[in-house]
Amino acid sequence: MAMPKAPGADPAAEPAAKSVAPMTPAALSEEARQVRRRILTTIRAAGLGHVGGDLSVTDILTTLFFSVLAIDPADPEKADRDRFILSKGHCAAALYTVLARRGFFAEEELDTFMQPLSRLNGHPNRRKVPGVEANTGPLGHGLPIAVGAAIGSGIRKLGFRAFCVLGDGELQEGSNWEAAMFAGHRKLSNLTAIVDRNGLQQGARTADTNDLSPLADKFTAFGWEVREVDGHDHAALLDVLSRPGDGKPVFVLARTVKGKGVSFIEDRVEWHHKVPSAGEVEAALKELA
Amino acid sequence: MTSETMTQTAEFDCRKAFAETLIALARADERIVAVCNDSVGSSNLKEFEAAFPDRLVNVGIAEQNMVGVGAGLANAGLVPFVCSASPFLTGRAMEQVKVDAAYNGYHMVLCGMSPGMAYGELGPTHHSIEDLAWMRAIHDLTILVPADPFQTAEAVRWAAAAAGPVFMRVGRFKVPAVSRESEGFVVGRADELRQGSDVTLVATGTLVSRALRAAEELAAEGISARVINVSSLAPLDRACLIRAARETRGIVTAEEGVPQGGLGGAVAEVLAEAHPARMRILGVDAFAPTGDAAFLLDHFGLNAAGIARAARELAA
Repeated sequence: MAMPKAPGADPAAEPAAKSVAPMTPAALSEEARQVRRRILTTIRAAGLGHVGGDLSVTDILTTLFFSVLAIDPADPEKADRDRFILSKGHCAAALYTVLARRGFFAEEELDTFMQPLSRLNGHPNRRKVPGVEANTGPLGHGLPIAVGAAIGSGIRKLGFRAFCVLGDGELQEGSNWEAAMFAGHRKLSNLTAIVDRNGLQQGARTADTNDLSPLADKFTAFGWEVREVDGHDHAALLDVLSRPGDGKPVFVLARTVKGKGVSFIEDRVEWHHKVPSAGEVEAALKELA
Repeated sequence: MTSETMTQTAEFDCRKAFAETLIALARADERIVAVCNDSVGSSNLKEFEAAFPDRLVNVGIAEQNMVGVGAGLANAGLVPFVCSASPFLTGRAMEQVKVDAAYNGYHMVLCGMSPGMAYGELGPTHHSIEDLAWMRAIHDLTILVPADPFQTAEAVRWAAAAAGPVFMRVGRFKVPAVSRESEGFVVGRADELRQGSDVTLVATGTLVSRALRAAEELAAEGISARVINVSSLAPLDRACLIRAARETRGIVTAEEGVPQGGLGGAVAEVLAEAHPARMRILGVDAFAPTGDAAFLLDHFGLNAAGIARAARELAA
């Protein structure tokens, strides 16, 4: 694959493996490193993006798309495909990077991220980008749609699973709790929600804004099976994401670090949507070498 | 002011035609499902539930989740009819209507039940008078306001076979049959129910039969009033409206909703650009006092007398 020529291009980037066989944790770790590098160069080139959340959710997305989801880039509308919805739609750069590397569209197209008329908008659009299941952006929309898809899987007897990734700050939106209550009531074993629990929202720590704790207890009380995991441990993620629920929807409480992988971005509120300078990208790529 | 609750013709609650048509369609097409918010009764879905217990999704009292779940069902390949009292469907779940239904482009049918002043004495919290203005602001959304049982049934059939998102009002306030069944029901086409050359009365939903009665009153005075039923608010039949502006001396619009941004606004937008005309826009122009729906429609002049009065001003 030809390497991108756009500003911020990463000369050390490597193409994704073409194999569709589920990746091992070791392979996922290497893939996630490549995804992180590509996110940084993409955001640098665009001059826009949500780098902190993108790096936070990278391992979750990589594990899902390369080892868990039953999807086929050659047939993105297949009726019984697993559904994946990124409710924290502002982390579109991470989603696009994983979709491209998984084969839904050419990786070079990432260079158009947020450029005029690019289909790679700052928030994902299912009508334009193959592999995107729902247009998200305003928070609190993904989980209700995933609940509907999970119910629809049962009505149509298609047997697919529905997955939804949420930000933790996003859980301050009430619509999530409407959906969480209903998913518990309907005992949706084929639904898995993953919260990217990095403890930071746009303006401050979640604990200092509108504390979500105890999150595991809340979802347990709403009728979900809660699985707590290190959100950067691919083996652990693979384990909790591969198994559907047993008579209950599954809530994966993925403990993450916002900005994971780049020391000066990690766990710093100001990196919610700050754009790294050329020098910062160079330093970051060294850390991710 | 004359109360118009007494009429000689039979009157119908359009929810019956809605429910019967939906059930008939669902028997033939297993993709059709219903979604509601604890409104099985008020949305007339009891028979649907009895016939298809696994295809009715009642999310409880949670309208944002209701519309999102509908979008998810559409994502799974189903055709959801999302049914809720119109003020809560359009008001509480506005962003879900915009994003989950319209921007996503999902084929789902949002059914605003008991719209307008139908909830009468329950007051302005339950009156759905803003829904048409709100829905009109959203791209890619077809907006239907059937005026009688025939149009309601046809709108349901059309919506079930549509390609994208649809919002339709399903009336509870009893109305007489007004449409010409031989003309069918065509989305994007207004129905010119009565010819006239002095003034045009453009009405939607509940107000169509009242506009027809106003035309009769005006005829007795020698004023020839054209009557147009706009049951397809989006897309709008621009040609029919422009023709009326050219051929008559003024346009009265009448709707069971706020006078800004709904039918009157839509007509004014078209005519201001294409053929400016004198207009009177009749609607519910304040939060209502206590009263039943018939009383309130009279209170706001949304009856034959009120429409005729406005028409006389333009015909003069």
